[in-house]
Amino acid sequence: MIEINNLRKSFGAKVILDGVNLTVQKGKITVIIGRSGEGKSVLIKHLIGLIKPDSGEIILDGRDITSISEKDFNTVLGRFGMLFQSAALFDSMDVAGNVGFALREHTSLSEREVMDKVSEKLRRVGLTGVERMMPSELSGGMKKRVGLARAIIMDPEIVLFDEPTTGLDPVMSDSIGDLILETQRQQKTTYFVITHDITLTYKIADTIAMLHKGRIIESGTPEEMKASANPVVRQFIEGRAEGPIKVA
Amino acid sequence: MTGFFEDIGRYTVRVVNSTGLLCAMLLKSFLYIFTPPRLNIRNVFKQMEFVGVQSLFVVILTGSFTGMVLALQSYTALKRFGAESMVGPTVALSMARELGPVLTGLMVAGRAGSAMATELGTMRVTEQVDALFTMGVNPMKYLVVPRVLAGLLMLPLLAIVTDFVGSVGGYMIGVKYLGINSGVYIGRTLDYVTTGDIFEGLIKSLFFGLIIAITACYNGYYATGGAKGVGKAATSAVVMGCVLILVSDYILTSIMM
Repeated sequence: MIEINNLRKSFGAKVILDGVNLTVQKGKITVIIGRSGEGKSVLIKHLIGLIKPDSGEIILDGRDITSISEKDFNTVLGRFGMLFQSAALFDSMDVAGNVGFALREHTSLSEREVMDKVSEKLRRVGLTGVERMMPSELSGGMKKRVGLARAIIMDPEIVLFDEPTTGLDPVMSDSIGDLILETQRQQKTTYFVITHDITLTYKIADTIAMLHKGRIIESGTPEEMKASANPVVRQFIEGRAEGPIKVA
Repeated sequence: MTGFFEDIGRYTVRVVNSTGLLCAMLLKSFLYIFTPPRLNIRNVFKQMEFVGVQSLFVVILTGSFTGMVLALQSYTALKRFGAESMVGPTVALSMARELGPVLTGLMVAGRAGSAMATELGTMRVTEQVDALFTMGVNPMKYLVVPRVLAGLLMLPLLAIVTDFVGSVGGYMIGVKYLGINSGVYIGRTLDYVTTGDIFEGLIKSLFFGLIIAITACYNGYYATGGAKGVGKAATSAVVMGCVLILVSDYILTSIMM
């Protein structure tokens, strides 16, 4: 379980996170929704240590990971996998190089064993025969799938998804949603997803939390969120321009 | 008026901040060579091939033409004192002590330095550097250390090549075109050029290699602002690299004289 307590972060005078409090349940899919620029990516980057908070705690199994040493944090990192918004595949490596990267860096597996695991993970995300393709030869959806295979190659306990369907057509978005559900159910991994894709959110979420003006303003199951009386939540999930959220 | 002082203050903070980051990157690069996990040697060789082997053509071309033009110019000047036989030592000494390392440095800064900054800058803005971090790989160790080592190891070797082809170019012009006796040309060169001269040039090129790699890595690694930021990083890497090479060349020359 991950507990985020009173997390604050500002860049210069701009306050991005203004006391975020959230509990991420183990083995469940938690989805953070919110408008672009509300700090969702900043929040997810705090979880994996890419950004340090100004104050607040992120408790992982009883330990505050924002204040541990670099060495200890490396051990914590081993428990995470992450799918980036743009997939962030290494341009200079082929698909097999990308997916097997962490295995080659952190294990003493033979090349054959690495390739076996790479093929197995690629099959799990619905790809076969792409091992020798370069990232530039892949479509947007394929890149996301390869990114997911890379994120789960070390069988992490927690996988973070930064806008997994951005830039994809609705059919491919739905297919990525299926993939997230399938891979999560297979190993009961904790998935933490940030998105503004409401269709995806309803499809995959066990818990939904809405980030607005640097705070979690409401959280609950998809049914609870659908029935929310909060006008900000209602406007966002219904996708209306009129309402308390002002479009600049 | 207040705005003027604010601008100066902001600029000073930026310069101090950048210098601090650059120095920290330099120190960490050396530290990470010796600290676990073990350095990826394959990566180092890949960078050595990129900085060294792939720069050979441009370095040979620059070196040989510089040697040739140096022979022509020094012949014109020395002829006025009846010292045409000194063309060989003039060319060889200029190449070994000064032009070999400096020209190699400038050429490699333009070719490999800009490419390094572009590659790292692109990796930064497309979150590939963040991806390395999340996979438990130290991005500075993985990306910067091999490039710094490649710069340090390959620049002296390239400088030797430049010295050699420059001297050969000078010989071709001096002996075949200007008609200086071959024995006199080679004999005088060997009389006046010492191993100390060549060594001095190699020490310089070692520093230039470090400057090229660290300025390129610094500008690329900390690039921000998408494609425009990457372009700016590449330009800054070349400009900063070339200026630092010329400034450090003067300092090193005055120290070693």
